[in-house]
Amino acid sequence: MADPRFESVASVRDELQSVDYLADEGIAGVVYLADRLQKPILVEGPAGTGKTELAKSVARMIGARLIRLQCYEGLDESKALYEWNYKKQLLRIQAQRVVEEGGTGNWTDIEEDIFSNEFLLTRPLLEAIRAEDPVVLLIDEVDRVEVETEALLLEILSDYQVSIPELGTVEATQIPLVFLTSNNTRELSEALKRRCLYLHLDYPTLEREKEIVLTRIPEVSDHLADQIVRIVRSIRSIELKKHPSVSETLDWARTLVLLGIENVDAAQAKDTLHILLKYQSDILKAGKELTVNGAV
Amino acid sequence: MPMVDLLAGFIQELRNAGLPVSLTENLDAMEAVRHIPLDDREAFKYALAATLVKNNSHWKTFETVFEVYFSMRGAHYKITDPNASDEEIEKLVSQMMGEASGGGGLEGMTPEELAEMLYRALQAGDQNTMKAIARQAVQRFSGMEPGRPVGGTYYLYRTLRNLDLDGILERLMEEAKNEAEGGMTDLEERLAKDEYESRVDKLRKEVEAEIRRRLVADRGAEAMAKTLRKPLPEEVDFMHATRDELTMLRRAIYPLTRKLAVRLARKRRHGRKGPLDFRNTVRHSLSYGGVPAEPKFKMPRPSKPEIIVIADISGSVAAFARFTLQFVYAISAQFSKVRSFVFIDGVDEVTRFFEGVDDIQDAIHRINAEADVIWVDGHSDYGHAFETFYERWGKEITKKSTVILLGDARNNYHASQAWVIKAIEQRARHVYWLNPEPKAYWDTGDSIVSEYGAHCDGVFECRNLKQLEKFVEHLG
Repeated sequence: MADPRFESVASVRDELQSVDYLADEGIAGVVYLADRLQKPILVEGPAGTGKTELAKSVARMIGARLIRLQCYEGLDESKALYEWNYKKQLLRIQAQRVVEEGGTGNWTDIEEDIFSNEFLLTRPLLEAIRAEDPVVLLIDEVDRVEVETEALLLEILSDYQVSIPELGTVEATQIPLVFLTSNNTRELSEALKRRCLYLHLDYPTLEREKEIVLTRIPEVSDHLADQIVRIVRSIRSIELKKHPSVSETLDWARTLVLLGIENVDAAQAKDTLHILLKYQSDILKAGKELTVNGAV
Repeated sequence: MPMVDLLAGFIQELRNAGLPVSLTENLDAMEAVRHIPLDDREAFKYALAATLVKNNSHWKTFETVFEVYFSMRGAHYKITDPNASDEEIEKLVSQMMGEASGGGGLEGMTPEELAEMLYRALQAGDQNTMKAIARQAVQRFSGMEPGRPVGGTYYLYRTLRNLDLDGILERLMEEAKNEAEGGMTDLEERLAKDEYESRVDKLRKEVEAEIRRRLVADRGAEAMAKTLRKPLPEEVDFMHATRDELTMLRRAIYPLTRKLAVRLARKRRHGRKGPLDFRNTVRHSLSYGGVPAEPKFKMPRPSKPEIIVIADISGSVAAFARFTLQFVYAISAQFSKVRSFVFIDGVDEVTRFFEGVDDIQDAIHRINAEADVIWVDGHSDYGHAFETFYERWGKEITKKSTVILLGDARNNYHASQAWVIKAIEQRARHVYWLNPEPKAYWDTGDSIVSEYGAHCDGVFECRNLKQLEKFVEHLG
């Protein structure tokens, strides 16, 4: 078993903080466990709560290369695992023919030859397995692939190996940290969930969100950051189609800083709402609620 | 008890509460806790959660079971309570009150003093004092007696009534308004209110936790875990949902419909392949020197069904009809057309309320206020409603329409007029009946569901979101 990467839960949190990612107890704990148990992490939660960012930050933190597989409908093994470079294979056969000119080339030799590493195109999953240097594998938005395609991932997630019929099994030279993210547009299969540690990322608490704003945007003043996160919390309590995400909070904070606003009043908030909210009906509703005191 | 048994017991409790925990996950949890310092209760909890809970809607159940199961075992297994010890709190209290130092702390205070202190603690957002007050309040007001078989909600209600949180909230707002120079803008007022409300909410949670702790001490963890078991949101019964549960259901319904819409759209796109597309195949054969090596198929374009919902909205089944309508409209893009009708003993079309409306809740309010559904006395009369429906709109049902009837078929012993359903079935593509009652109650008393059901393509029990989702998926 490889040496563990992290000392303790607290050290994970501190190190993540040093790369500007503010983790809470739960996040740090799961990352720590993933390393110790050598298991992938399945990160679920609303859009824009820092799921992808977590993987990137962890990669930065341990100085590893990030290999990313963006999932989409119709993803197949030739895009995710490996593919034979058939053009090169064809050339190889042609070349053989030219050399021997009419002579009967030994077919088995050629066959062994063309199904070798030289003709293999590695795709993200295989690349992560074969990497010599430390890597973090990010399988992004895994809920976008069809249920059947999920099965492609199972072997690599539980045994860290890829079986290639013509070549045999490629085992991992080292166990990479693996993150899977999902926006929860569909239920993932039990088989996949069972192999992963589960982490749900929700909107952060008021205090944590304020810290995030302060770390990410150093120009923002303490007073403004406080106001921003409180207004955002207020908006999240309204029933909307899509609540503002952390990244949208950050965008909004940047905008306010650019506009030179130090103290947000209702009118200014209303004018810049379109940065936080992306549906016209949401903007109207939130604007109304914020100005007319929505007494409950 | 060794750790293995302790965990096994915990997992058993989780399974009893309805969480699916597989053997692998069980083993993972055992492995995980070996890497976690046991005296760190939070880390312990997250380690268990990461390995055992794979669905966010199960988190709350997990948390409750965890709190109860491990609350009484602190001392034995060094899972220490993160709360500061009592003496420390007393010290804090006396510091805060200043004058009352040494006077026995909270116990010696009058209710007025306690209220005053709660007010100050909330104003300052002082967590520790709030915790102490929560404890004191439960001890003083809940009237808990050992062995009394009363649920936790009763104690919670009694405690909170005595604390008068609404009054305090009002006072806090007044005070905040007075303090602000030149008055508060609406926005500031709203923000202040949000802040205080979240503090009050925290206090409420403290009180709940304290009551739970005491109940566990009284009855034992295993017994408590049983009484605290709550159904998962997708399994809450529509007909017997409490107000809180209804709010929870309303929140759960949106993500569920979104998932379903994605699934239906996908199913439509990736369904079976269509017939051979000759032109396209020949065109592609050119790159293979005229050999049709890569046959191309036409994409099928399945027609979207037209949905007609006819819902009983009389008292007992109103919640069910509301959720079903909400569900159907949320994925209306998956259907070519949705029309809806509601009835009690008269029937009215309500499609217009949903048109161009963003917020389905609004539409449902308007239905309740404006739809003309009462004919004589406002008691369900399925027979008359169906007859009127057929007379006025029956011609508009075509071979493309799928008709969904919602109701418990409790007809108050009126004439059933089941021939209408038969006539509808002959015109429509499908007719389905959804009944929110458990199957065991069908055809008891004045329920005549099988008389109607005989003419339907299917009668489904539909008591919770899970069943509803399954049915709607089957439609698309």
